[in-house]
Amino acid sequence: MTKFNAWNVIKNGLNGQSYWTRQWRDPEPKKNYDVIIIGGGLHGLATAYYLAKNHNIKNVAVVEKGWIGGGNAGRNTTIVRSNYMMPGNHEFYEHSLKLWENLSHDLNYNVMFSQRAHVSLFHSPGAKDSVSRTYNIMRLHGTDAELWDLTKLKKKIPHLNYNNSRFPILGAAVQKRAGNARHDAVAWGYARAADTLGVDILQNCEVTGFTRTNGMIESVQTSRGIIKGKKIGFAVAGNTSVLWQMAELGNLPIESHKLQAFVSEAVKPLLDQVVVYGVGGAHFYISQSDKGSMVFGGDLDWYKSYAQRGNLPMVQDVAEAAMAIFPSLGRIRLLRHWAGVMDMTMDGSFFICKTPISNLYLNAGWNYGGFKASPASGWYFADLIANESPHIYVQNHNLERFEKGINIDERGAGPDPKLHG
Amino acid sequence: MIRINCPYCGERDHSEFSYGGDATIKYPSLDSSEKEWTKAIFFRKNIKGFQLETWHHTNGCRMWLEIERSTVTHEIRSVKPCHPDLKKVVENNK
Repeated sequence: MTKFNAWNVIKNGLNGQSYWTRQWRDPEPKKNYDVIIIGGGLHGLATAYYLAKNHNIKNVAVVEKGWIGGGNAGRNTTIVRSNYMMPGNHEFYEHSLKLWENLSHDLNYNVMFSQRAHVSLFHSPGAKDSVSRTYNIMRLHGTDAELWDLTKLKKKIPHLNYNNSRFPILGAAVQKRAGNARHDAVAWGYARAADTLGVDILQNCEVTGFTRTNGMIESVQTSRGIIKGKKIGFAVAGNTSVLWQMAELGNLPIESHKLQAFVSEAVKPLLDQVVVYGVGGAHFYISQSDKGSMVFGGDLDWYKSYAQRGNLPMVQDVAEAAMAIFPSLGRIRLLRHWAGVMDMTMDGSFFICKTPISNLYLNAGWNYGGFKASPASGWYFADLIANESPHIYVQNHNLERFEKGINIDERGAGPDPKLHG
Repeated sequence: MIRINCPYCGERDHSEFSYGGDATIKYPSLDSSEKEWTKAIFFRKNIKGFQLETWHHTNGCRMWLEIERSTVTHEIRSVKPCHPDLKKVVENNK
């Protein structure tokens, strides 16, 4: 695999771009692996990369039923932030943000991470108090966080609707280090870097069953044959329950819901931040891509579904929110909209944990927030698989937390998966 | 849009309804163990395929309905009132 550097760019520029090698191999499955990661999305690929890089476990396969990055990796709004306050969540997402800051160098692949600031508007004194509490907790942990008053906000983003009488904008809670990244590049970058370290990425390889012996999973049956693995990791958010039941493990504190995202036609530079119309108002988030398209999204479709297909009432709802906050978008045309299937959990937080089967490990339950979590998710999932015990940051992100009463519920919405935003 | 055939109001858009959730949850008796309560409150089958679920006709007759719907195709097989007595009335009027 040819490294990306100035020398190679010049060399290939002079040679008609003929010396580049392919980005990752397309190997046949081996009979045995030390670790099999099921799911070739961002989390699965990141896990394989950190297993090889941090723990020197290189006999690893990533098994993907379609093509890598073809699921939720390509069905999100690419927002990266770490504005969480619950113990465990906060440290985890902050570490993730730190990994994002150096990811392009680490992977030798430009993931186009842009720290353009994440601006959460608030619309009532109560919402301001609530968000101040969260952002103060962030500051106490050393994360950047600030409040912008109306004067500053108007200067920074002059074209918001400041005359909205239903939800007047009073100011914004801002994380400047937050921003967004290029979603495909993250999948390709992790795949390329993991492959370089010896990881096999097996695409078009659907898991169809498991062979159990002595309470352990001995091998994975796939559409490309039976593959033996000493350790198995699930990283298939959206379809976790399906695999979980295939392994005859029963029920999970997860429901699958679909979340839509939208992209408009390209316009000239209009918005230089990620803006969220969310604290004490509607639920709407928007940014502008490098191509100029407005990328935005809102709430879930509100009913359980495995269909990667959005429904119309939410299109209307999101369009209304867009008009309420950004009336200048009124005549812009929508290019595409799509839906991804989310693992919505009972407290809105994720799982990186061991399971009732001793050589099976679970990475699931990413709710709305899987994209930004990918680097740390891979990091701590690899750590769990390699060291057999969870890191202190994810020690409560397990399936037992509900029985123990240590739910990690940022929003305080209770055990209804669709309510955790 | 999903169209739901409400037994009282007729066929309507699903945007008139609110989604309840799994209609098969049975809560254990009050003196059951914490494990059983945890299972009932937090753990779900999360079926990929047809499942029984509840919907509330919030912007209509406000009846709670038990609906058999596919979570993959969104096809609806049956719509019944949740309340057993209302169910009887609907069936008798057929």
